[in-house]
Amino acid sequence: MKIRQLRVRTLVLALAALAILTPLYIALVAASHSARALLGEFPLLPGGQLLHNFASVLFQGLPGAPPVWLMLGNSLLMALGITVGKLTISILSAYAVVYFRFPLRMTAFWLIFLTLMLPVEVRFFPTYQVTAGLHMLNSYGGLIVPLIASATATFLFRQFFLTLPHTLVDAARIDGAGPVRFFLDTALPLSRTNIAALFVLEFVYGWNQYLWPLLTTNNQNYATIVMGIQGMITAAASFSLPQWNLVMATALLALTPPVLVVVLMQRWFIKGLTETEK
Amino acid sequence: MKAAPTATLTSFPNRWLPYLLLAPQLAITCVFFVWPAFKALSGAFYQSNPFGLGSYFVGLGNFTALFADPAYLHAIGITLVYSLSTTVLSMGMGLFLAVLTEDLVAGHTFFRTLFIWPYAVAPAIAGALWLFAFAPQIGPATDLLAALGIQWNYALNGTQALLLIISLTAWQQIAYNFLFFTAGLQGIPDALLEAASLDGASYMRRFFGIVFPLLAPTTFFLLIMNITYVFFDTFGVISIVTQGGPSNATQTLVYKVYQDGFQNLNLGSAAAQSIILMLLVGLLTLFQFRYLDRQIHYQ
Repeated sequence: MKIRQLRVRTLVLALAALAILTPLYIALVAASHSARALLGEFPLLPGGQLLHNFASVLFQGLPGAPPVWLMLGNSLLMALGITVGKLTISILSAYAVVYFRFPLRMTAFWLIFLTLMLPVEVRFFPTYQVTAGLHMLNSYGGLIVPLIASATATFLFRQFFLTLPHTLVDAARIDGAGPVRFFLDTALPLSRTNIAALFVLEFVYGWNQYLWPLLTTNNQNYATIVMGIQGMITAAASFSLPQWNLVMATALLALTPPVLVVVLMQRWFIKGLTETEK
Repeated sequence: MKAAPTATLTSFPNRWLPYLLLAPQLAITCVFFVWPAFKALSGAFYQSNPFGLGSYFVGLGNFTALFADPAYLHAIGITLVYSLSTTVLSMGMGLFLAVLTEDLVAGHTFFRTLFIWPYAVAPAIAGALWLFAFAPQIGPATDLLAALGIQWNYALNGTQALLLIISLTAWQQIAYNFLFFTAGLQGIPDALLEAASLDGASYMRRFFGIVFPLLAPTTFFLLIMNITYVFFDTFGVISIVTQGGPSNATQTLVYKVYQDGFQNLNLGSAAAQSIILMLLVGLLTLFQFRYLDRQIHYQ
């Protein structure tokens, strides 16, 4: 009875997993055929053109759209820029708020808290105007800097620093270490699991940005892959034979980096997700 | 965020270093958060002149115009339907899968991996995958629906377009709900369930009598997080799959700000809509923090 119950449960879970995988499988099948093969009845199995299609979008792209390698490179720069930027400024501000007493300390803290209430989707319109006024459109700075303030990362580091025993600071001060020494020798190394957890979250956040690059770049040299998919779809549809195989190949290339980061760094991803948001 | 007994915490005596450490974060916050918010606030009270440069003060005119505009009220309705349906669907699936995988000795990580990966896919890219699968005439899912006798064309049928974006967003959000429900289930003491089971309570009885009530804090938290997500993070989906159509059937509030501000160049209205969205996020965030305060009492 117990074993039968377990079997039924595993079967239901397997079916759910397959259902969740279906859109990915369809994309894989489409990306591995020629555009003509997708016209009639949809093939059930992947074809042999996957690498050919990958090479085609990576190095040639579609008319009117930049080659995919360029967009992947820009996405990587943007994602890493946002991640490193967010982690750096957040750990520094958390350190300042926890280990120093100074006038306006709580004002600064609440100002940072405010950013939690203003995700880019609700403030994109005025933020675009400000960014344009600063002549930051069509630049890596414009893609990255407006997105790197982070209340969640600051809070996570602050919470973590608050859990460190006071004796650590006392010992450091007896040894004659100043705040910079203590940060580099103690606080930073101890934060590494938090850094790993936030790295996964912020990398995915940065890579997956769509609206912001769409607004702030119209020069194709700065196009990112996630926003670029829109141009690919338009270009592919302009052919008499719609190039869906190439769009799906691009989509697969666009989703692989963040999916790999989440799957391979699953432990830190779950830690980051459940600890920053709760 | 527990408050620490700050007085006893050792701190470094340094007058300028903390300001230096805070400077980058505060500078970015002021330039890209506070200033835009302020600009939106002032812009919301002006109406740009459609025949040229310049604008004139209209007081609350932009706001009253919005709430008198059937298109705006329609967008509110669409956003509510979209977010509530997605939330119920993905929370239901997330809870179902979390219950099934719980206490699974072998294969827990395996199934977890297969359930959470869609969370890492950008909404716009997920939109592209589903756009092709459900494309009129050529999509494989369209073929399947036709074989079942369902006429599928989301580019013409507004209800189908809404169904498509609801399913797609729910598909992505299952991961999030699954992870938080799994964490919630792990927090329920085994002794409680064992006691109930010794008393002869059936599985269903134990679930609805013990597990589900004890998951209430998680459920409430997820309810707010899912609604917030659909409200503010689904621009990519709409932009790729439906562009708000057909005939505004999938025009959400965030998508409307984009259309009014960038396509119709109605700057005053876009600023007013941004203010409304900011108030909405503020409200949802406060709600979430109030809930957090209460949750501490449970522990």
